[in-house]
Amino acid sequence: MSAIFEVRNLKRSFGGLAVTNDVSLAMAPGDRIALIGPNGAGKTTFVNLVTGNLTPDSGDVLIGGESVTRIDAIGRVRRGLVRSFQVTRLFQEMTPAEHVALAVLQRDGRAGRMFGHFLAMPEVMAEVAELLGKLGLSELMHRRVSKIAYGQQRLLEIAVALALKPKVLLLDEPAAGVPQSDTGRIEQALADLPADLAVLMIEHDMDLVFRFARRVIVLAAGTIIFDGSPSEVTKDARVREAYLGSYANAGHAA
Amino acid sequence: MTMATMNDALAGAHGKGHKLGRDLAGLAVILGLAVVGYLLFPNNLALLTRMTAIALLVLSLDLVTGYCGVATLGHAALFGTGAYASGIAAVHFGITDPLLMLACGILGGAVAGLVCGVVILRAHGLPQLVLTIALIHLFHEFANKASSWTGGSDGLAGIAPDPLLGHFEFDLWGRTAYVLGIILLAVVFALLRLVVRSPFGMLCRGVKEDPIRIRAMGASPKLALMKMYVISGAVAGAGGALNAISTQVVGLDSLSFTLSAESLVMLVLGGTGSLFGALTGTIVFMFFEDIVSAANPFHWLTMVGALLIAVVLFAPKGLYGTLAGLAARRREARR
Repeated sequence: MSAIFEVRNLKRSFGGLAVTNDVSLAMAPGDRIALIGPNGAGKTTFVNLVTGNLTPDSGDVLIGGESVTRIDAIGRVRRGLVRSFQVTRLFQEMTPAEHVALAVLQRDGRAGRMFGHFLAMPEVMAEVAELLGKLGLSELMHRRVSKIAYGQQRLLEIAVALALKPKVLLLDEPAAGVPQSDTGRIEQALADLPADLAVLMIEHDMDLVFRFARRVIVLAAGTIIFDGSPSEVTKDARVREAYLGSYANAGHAA
Repeated sequence: MTMATMNDALAGAHGKGHKLGRDLAGLAVILGLAVVGYLLFPNNLALLTRMTAIALLVLSLDLVTGYCGVATLGHAALFGTGAYASGIAAVHFGITDPLLMLACGILGGAVAGLVCGVVILRAHGLPQLVLTIALIHLFHEFANKASSWTGGSDGLAGIAPDPLLGHFEFDLWGRTAYVLGIILLAVVFALLRLVVRSPFGMLCRGVKEDPIRIRAMGASPKLALMKMYVISGAVAGAGGALNAISTQVVGLDSLSFTLSAESLVMLVLGGTGSLFGALTGTIVFMFFEDIVSAANPFHWLTMVGALLIAVVLFAPKGLYGTLAGLAARRREARR
């Protein structure tokens, strides 16, 4: 099997509560998968286990066939597993150009260089300009992040992830907190992701899920209860039950 | 907002030539001030040389505190180790060539930076600050106890450096030491300008703002900080060695909490995250200290305290930081 990314029987419990309970999935290059689930389904724990910020009790995580279960978060990024954050984590005092340049330099193993400036490195700048141009951020290239709009910061978050040339991209609610008027830009950016990139998107916004994903995985109470096409997911009885259950439990919150 | 990033954001628009201009201007200011200092205080070159040595300490502190966000009250450990390394090399091993003594100081400082970095970078926030205080006291006590090597509380005396380059004696007026110090400061300043704006410098600023994001980029924040600590140690060690060479004695005060705290005060006074800020803070603080302590030997500390309170309240980015911020705003308004 040519899985670029694989999770095998991943388990993790907190104080006896199995938050991730025997989760397995495999992704091939070009996959567009949405991971959904009601609040408390264990999505965040799953992301942390996969990225290496949490250690599983048992199970395996593989990137390109290599087991990375014992490799820390930094090592996984270097092997091509890159994530974006639900709440943007950007350097407020730095510019979009600096963000992307730092990611490019880091990817090429040159972020430790103690001389020269990225503005004077034509190959770096070419990539910076291309990436930011694609995402419509060219004009803001040299403005401080704290001075650009949140929707644009979300796009920059994607740009930084792409600059690392990932094999697997984990998008954690890429449109969270973005005003309705700006979601179009983000959807466009998602549609323009490299075709051979495997993308796993965690998302609440079902409209976005249906437009983006070709496969939907539903997580509830730590286990996968559905794995199939977007058209089938709404018809699935267990999915309906899981969501209705959570709505009922959470009152109006969800 | 840190000045470095503002400088960079502005320079981003202006391009490379603008930066080179700033570098040359910086060097010109250092050399110009050095000449002015020499002409104004020909009988007080010792103070100016001491100021240069302390400027190296404050620059070194700025690297870890201003650029990397590590708060430390123990930075004199690196300075003092450099001073003792070059002093011990001269007294116990007969290495009296001033440039070799300087090299010993730089090496000693770098090693001290590595040791301190390993300990300090294990913690974050307040525990980190407490660790730095513990470290400086340990270093101080160690130097005190190892008196056969360091002279203990009497200080390490009998340092007699050879003439610089075999030609320039370290004269009674301290001219040679002064010139050596200024050249050293200018060289270090130029090198640090390179470092802070290199990809590595950018990485460190990223670490300061959000280490988790840096990890998500596949870089190790700790490794970056450790490297910076070693560089910082080398710079502080150079300052310590300069002090040892120029005063020909190393005292326990070079390894003290007081000096550590004072260097932090100088940095805050001038403005963190900017090499110019570090220099400004040192010059203003030491001149102020010199003048005020001569004018009023009883209450000078009170006045230093008042100055600091005024700066922190009314110019929280430090003297240089505030001025540069104003200048940048005017420039932006004109555009």
